[in-house]
Parts: sequence; structure tokens; C-alpha cells
Amino acid sequence: MEPLSSPLFASLLAAVSWLVIAALALVPAGNAFFARRLAFPLGALIGLSLASFGLQSIWLHAEQLTLPLGLPDLPFHLRIDPLAGFFLLLLGSVSAGISVYAGGYFRTETAGRLALISLQYHMFLASMAFVILADDAYLFMVAWETMALSSYFLVTTDHERPAIRSAGFLYLLVAHLGAIAILLCFGVMHGGGDYSFDALRGAELTPFWATVAFLLAFFGFGAKAGMIPLHAWLPEAHPAAPSPVSALMSGIMLKTAIYGMVRVIYDLIGGVRWEWGIVVLAIGAGTTLFGVLYALMQHDLKRLLAYHSVENIGIILLGLGMSMVFLGFGHPLAGALGLVAALYHTLNHAVFKALLFLGAGSILHATGLRNLNDMGGLIRTMPKTALYFLIGALAISALPPLNGFVSEWLTFQTALQAPLLEHGVVRSLLPLFAATLALAGALTAMCFVKVYGIAFLGRPREVRHPAHARAEGGGHDAGSMEQYGMAWLAAGCLVLGLFPTSFLLMLNRVGVSLTGQGLSPEALESSWLWLVPTAPERASYSPIIFLLVVLAVVLITIRLVRGFYHGRVRVADPWDCGFPEQTTRMQDTADAFGQPIRHVFGPLYLMKRHLPGPEEANPRYSIKIEDRHWYWLYLPVARLADYASSKVGLLQRGRISIYLLYSFLTLIALLIFVR
Amino acid sequence: MNQLPGIALQVLQSVLVVLVAPLVMGWVNICRAWLQNRSAPSIWLPYYTLAKLFHKDAVIANTASPLFRLTPYILFGCMWLAAGIVPVLATDVPFAPAADIIALVGVFAVARVFSALAAMDTGTSFGGLGARREMMIGFLAEPAMLMTLFTAAFISGSTQLPTIVETLAHREFAIYPSLAFAAVAFLMVLLAENARIPVDNPATHLELTMIHEAMILEYSARHLALIEWAVAIKLVAYMAIGFALFLPWGIAPAGDWSALPLALAALGAKLALAGTGLALLETLLAKMRIFLVAEFLSTAFLLGVLGMLIHFLVR
Repeated sequence: MEPLSSPLFASLLAAVSWLVIAALALVPAGNAFFARRLAFPLGALIGLSLASFGLQSIWLHAEQLTLPLGLPDLPFHLRIDPLAGFFLLLLGSVSAGISVYAGGYFRTETAGRLALISLQYHMFLASMAFVILADDAYLFMVAWETMALSSYFLVTTDHERPAIRSAGFLYLLVAHLGAIAILLCFGVMHGGGDYSFDALRGAELTPFWATVAFLLAFFGFGAKAGMIPLHAWLPEAHPAAPSPVSALMSGIMLKTAIYGMVRVIYDLIGGVRWEWGIVVLAIGAGTTLFGVLYALMQHDLKRLLAYHSVENIGIILLGLGMSMVFLGFGHPLAGALGLVAALYHTLNHAVFKALLFLGAGSILHATGLRNLNDMGGLIRTMPKTALYFLIGALAISALPPLNGFVSEWLTFQTALQAPLLEHGVVRSLLPLFAATLALAGALTAMCFVKVYGIAFLGRPREVRHPAHARAEGGGHDAGSMEQYGMAWLAAGCLVLGLFPTSFLLMLNRVGVSLTGQGLSPEALESSWLWLVPTAPERASYSPIIFLLVVLAVVLITIRLVRGFYHGRVRVADPWDCGFPEQTTRMQDTADAFGQPIRHVFGPLYLMKRHLPGPEEANPRYSIKIEDRHWYWLYLPVARLADYASSKVGLLQRGRISIYLLYSFLTLIALLIFVR
Repeated sequence: MNQLPGIALQVLQSVLVVLVAPLVMGWVNICRAWLQNRSAPSIWLPYYTLAKLFHKDAVIANTASPLFRLTPYILFGCMWLAAGIVPVLATDVPFAPAADIIALVGVFAVARVFSALAAMDTGTSFGGLGARREMMIGFLAEPAMLMTLFTAAFISGSTQLPTIVETLAHREFAIYPSLAFAAVAFLMVLLAENARIPVDNPATHLELTMIHEAMILEYSARHLALIEWAVAIKLVAYMAIGFALFLPWGIAPAGDWSALPLALAALGAKLALAGTGLALLETLLAKMRIFLVAEFLSTAFLLGVLGMLIHFLVR
């Protein structure tokens, strides 16, 4: 194996370089020149090269490498195959944009904090690369835990505030619940031999143990991905973290959980069963609807985006679940299509959600605001950020011709393969899940009309807010580094939306390597212009032609209107039905915009509302919406844990003789059992 | 393969729809006036209104951003595009493979999102109110619309509208119960999406009940003209989708130029009939309270889903 031309070796080098940057940030303490000016741009360069190695490996055969590190008899195994290559591409390309942005965003931090952030940030990136490259359960778990810990420290960057510390604790707790499930899953799959993935792949599991392994993997990785009911950490941790970190976590870290799910379920366990698909679909549909409905109720921008991450994980799960159903019933073509749709959405979500979090970060930096109800009219002071954010908002709302539409379209096309299935009930269930997706897509559009309309359009809502006073007197747009980062991701939204066929071919390689079967030959032979999921007469979509026609038609209209009619324009105060008293506080707020949703979906929320009575001298309206999961799941479990630990606490007597007695009894018991 | 005649037909068809759309609006208004025992306005009135609006000076709110001025063009472009995707006269539309029914729903969604954003752009109280209500109707109507289209897609095994029309128009005469459900659902969605009674009233500026009108309050002159025109095209496009799914007879098959005159006559007859039906519905029904719309549209959604399930049961 030529080390330099091997993508595996090169990726390993890239991951190690991230570690080196992490370490270097600490060395010149006091003089933070490296961390301030060089660390993040260098990290972005490494990300780009990692993306290119990943891209290369998608088209090559799988490669393996054993490192002489780790425990005795347990060396680290590394492997790169099309699936790992695809996720490295995602990690590298998305992190490049975020790192450039972070270079601008963190510039104003003090030297000590900056060095720490840079250390944890690059450690986090490297650990995600190792999660993807790992080829044995041991290295995988080490990388997985490093990822959880480094991101925990990043979340609690502002640890002076108690709310952030408790958000970090919740995150760490759920991360470890998931890690335990993953560890148990590897234990279940272990069939003698060592813990390398090759051995796990070769292990023969009975259907019962395969299902146990599936459930453990699904819930273990699902906790990290943020599917219900294990999502509770997400809306707490994302707003707590600095914006580039939220972008990394939501854009990339959640995707490592999807990687883990696909790796373990499709590759290591293998022999996918359709019943598993139904479980994934049911949880996916619940996650999708729950995420978007709660997102609509939020007025904290980053919390809202976090709930949308929950929703998008649900959409990915819908694609995966459909794929598993089709594979389980022996329809590999439709199964591959579902997998391709899910992975496409994984990449899309990484790009647009990172972009949106970065946009939220720029708003926070420029105005100090995160509550939508205080914002308004930012398009005037931050026109560039407004443009990038608009692209991200249209992409996440699944509007053609941007990227979110492509993956949802592919998921719909997968659902439309339902007549292939022999099982009557499942056949009619699949379109219902597509209906869920349709509803979620339309609700997302509503939510982002709300976000964009309230934050960027209209007029500032709280004129007395100090941030607005600053903004009115020559407010500023995002810095240049921040803009480059957002521009890179916005370009990603366009490229992924306009040239889907090349990505389809790439994902087809991933599908072939996992299921042994890719898309139909007709789908693969279509030209780059046409996206064809199964056969051209069944369905096709061409975003380029679509965009060109829209542009042409709009330009012709503008030309005709300009040519035939005068262009006289007067500027005046808004009319608003001739209403005389207009204040900026009469505009819709984020909470007002969600009112129809509260009305239509009222029973789904846990709502505490106070309406002012007619006699109240100082009328106030308040509403509090809580997550039901806290009451039926989290708090009972927490109480149970408290109760159990209080009982265990009875053992602690604080006298040395009693502890010696415990040791003695344990020894006796062990001697009885071991003999 | 020579695409030229197809492209000529495509351009002809979309220009025809754009030009005829105000006439359909005029026809609906006449029918409604007759049914309500009023003396009818001229059928050309919508054209006069458009001409008048184009000649006025535009007034733009001083709080508006460039998005506000661009939106009427985007709306008009989207509706024109939709009119190009739907096989109105012939199934030989070379543009159709670029966008199937799901993308068609996407085009309408783009138009809706931009008009809602433009409504919020001026920062007035009615704008936000209209945008919020419009998006509510949107999220209820869009899934219902997709379910209806999926039923047709399952029957014909394709999401391309020309293929759907070819399959449905040339089948042996058989009654599809699933299509009956889908048709009712589609009709309800059509009423909601085009801001017609009982969901919205296009003829009034009653401040507290308006939806679509609240969004376009700040528009004037040529921008308003483009929006009004786009609304007319949207109505015709929806009617054409309905014809393609439920009354596909008469649409000329690919490459058959001699069938075009017949197709044109059939289209005229169908549009006249649909316009009369719409006027009749609007005369018989009363506008409903805004939150009854949610029930109205969830009924449409359930009917769509039922239609789809029945297709699986009966086939």
C-alpha cells in the first residue's frame, strides 16, 4: 500500500493534524497569536483536504490499517470505505465553513479562553474523524467518548452561568445513556473472537439477538441524534453553546450518530428486517412532527433551530426506515433509494443547519439579541447575513430548486414505491409516513417565514432595546471571516440543490457497498441534467432547467413591465388600511405567529396560559409551553434515580470497620461463586 | 428527436394560459352576478383593471426592503411556470420532465413563502396577520394536495403529469372510487389555495376576516397588477390540474397536432363549466370562521388519505 496515495492514510494524517493544532493552541500561552489568527483557518484547510480524501475513497475499494497503539492485544483498527468516505466528506466540507467563521467569531475572546476553545474545538473535530474511521469497537468507543467530552466542554464555554452548566450536565447524561446502549450493542454482537468490526460482521446472530442489537444501536445512537423521547438535551445544549459550536454539533455531530446507525444496522448486524423499519418509521414520524411543532412555539432563535434539528433527524429516520422496510421485503432497488434519500438529507441538513446557526451567531454578535420578539428590520443593517440566512431558510423549508427539496423529493419517491410491497398493511402505511413528511415540510416553511419575517423584515420591535440604539446608529454586518464561512455553506446549499445527479451517483456507491445493490441502471445512466430515482417515465426532476426557466420568466416579466410602462415610484409611509396610529409594537411577534398552530394542535402541547381579566389594572398576558416528555419520562426517571441512590446511601456508615465488613462479605461471596 | 414543435407548443400553451386567465376571472364574476341577481360587469373588466393598475404610479412603503419589490415578479414567474408544467392542451410538454407534481406543489409553496415574506416586510399589523393566516392555510392545504396527487400517482405509477393524463385518459372506462375521494379533497384545496369562499373572500377588504387581501394591502399600481394577474393564473392552473386528474378527456396526446383544435374547444368548455361551478359554490356557501378552515382542510386531508387507502384496498 502506497501510504501517500492512500485516502485512509491521508485522512488519518488530517485527523492527527487537527490534534496537533489543538495541542499547539496551548503552547504559546500569553501570546494568543496562533490561536487567534492561524488555528481556525488551518483547521478549515485540513477540513477541506479531509473532504477531498473522503470524496476520493468513495470511488475506491475499502482499505484497512492497524495502528500499533491502544491496549495490549487490542490495537486500533482503521478502515475507510464509501460510507466512511461520504461522512468524512460531510465532516470536512461543512467544518471548513464553520472553522473559517469561528476564526472571525472567537477573535474577540481573551487569550486564555481562546486557547481553551481552540483546543476543545479541534479535539472535537479530530474525535469525529476517528469515530468515522474506527474499525473496532474499542477505538470507536474511545473516539465516541472523546467527542462527547470535548463537546461537553465546548457547550459549557460560558460556564459562569448556572443555566448553561445544567444544560451541559443534561447533555453529558443523555450522551452517556446512549454510550452505554452502544457498548451493550457491541457486546451483544460479539460472537467470540475480538472486537474488530470484521469479527462483529462475521458473527452469526439469531433473529432475537439481532433485534436486541438493533434496538440497542437504534436507541443508543438515537440519543445522540436527538430522536424522541431522547431529544431533551438538544434544545438546552444548542442555545447554551457558542454559535459555531452549535453549528458543529447540530450540523455534524448529530450526523455521526446517523453514521453509527447505518454502520451498525446495515453493515455490522446486516440482514435488515422490515419490522425494524417500522420501528424506525414510527419514531421518525413522531420525531419529525414533534420537532417542527415545538420549533413553531419558540422565540429564542437558537432553541428554535435546535428543535428543527430534531425534526430533520426525524426526516432522515423516515428515509432510513423506508429503506429498511423495502430491504426487509426483498426490494433492494427501493431500499437503496431510501438509503440514498436519507444520506442525501443528512448532508443537506448538515449544510443548511450549520448555515442557519452561523447566521444566528452573527445576529447575536451584531445586536446581542437572541429573542425573536425583540428583533426586526435586520435586513437593513445586515444585508449580507440576511441574504445567506434567506438561502438557508428556503433550503430548510424544502423549496425548489434548493437542496432541502431534493432530499425530501427523493424520500417522497421512495414512499411512492409502496405498491411493490406484498404486505397490505405496510403498503398502506408507507404513504401515511409520506403525509407526515408533507405536513412537516409545510410547517417548516411556516416556521421559517416566521423567523425571517420577524428577525430580518419589518421594523425593530423593541425600540428601547440598547442593541437597536446601536444598530440604528450605523449598525454593522457580520465580519468578513464570518461572511466567508456563511458564503461557503450557502454555496453548498445551491450546489447540492442544483447538481443532485452527481451526488446521487456518489451515494449510489455507498448504497452498493452496504447492500450490494444500487439504484436502477436507468437512474444511473441519466445525464447530469436529470435527477431520475427509478425510471424516467415514472419521475424526474431537473433543478437547473427549473431554475433557468424561473429566472427567464421573471426576467421577461421585468423587461416587459419596464418596457411598456413607466417606472415612476413614490415612497410613502405604509398604508395599513389607513389605520392612523401605527407603532412598531403592533407587528406580529414570534409568539403571535405561532397562535394558529397553538389553536390547531392545542392538545399536543402542555400549555400554561394566563389571560388578563377585564378588571385587571395592569393586564399581562403570559404563556408557557412545556415539553410533555419531561413529565412522563425524565422527571420520573430522575426521581427513581434519587430514590435508588438514597437507598444505596444507607450503606455508607462512615466507619472503617463497617467498610471492612463489606469487603469481607464480598470476598466470601466471590469465593462461593468462583470456587 | 426534434423537440422544436414541442417547445413551440409549450410556449404557446403557457402564453395562452397567461392571457386567458383574467378572462376566466371575468367569467366567474359574471356568473356570480347573474346568480345573485345583479347586473353583470363586462367580461373584459379584469383586463381594464390590469391596464389601469399598470398605468398608475407605484407607491412603496418607506419601510420596505428590496424583497418587497421583487416579490410580485417572483409570484408572477412561479404561476407562469406552473401553467407551463400542467398539460393544459396537449400532453406533449417538453418542460414537464423537469418538474413533476411534487415540484409543482413546491412551486406553489415558493410563491406562498415569498408573498408571506413580502407581507411582513413593511412591518404593518395587517401584513403580519395576513402572512400568519396564509401560512396556516398553506400547511393545512399542502399535505392534502399532495395526498390527492399521490392517489393519481399510485394509479398511473408515475408522478409526471403528462404520464398521469395519458394513463387516466386512455384507460378502459372504469370508476375509481379512490379518484372520487381525491376529487372532493382537491376541490376543497382549490377553494382554500385560491382564497375563494368559504375560506377567504376575494371581494372584500373586511379587515378582520381577510387573508389574501391583508397580505397585499401595501401593494399598488404595477406590482398589484402583477399579483392580481398571478392570482388569476393560479386559479386557471389549479383548474387545469383538476382537469388533468379528473377530466382528462380532450387533452391532445403527444405528437397529435390535429387534435389541438378539439383540445382547445374542450378546454374552453371545461373552463366555462368550472367557472360556473365556482360561482355557484361561492353563491351558495358563506365564508367560515378562520379556525373552521382548519377543520375544513383537515377533512380534505383525510379524504385524500382515504382515497389513497381505498386505492390500495380495491386494486
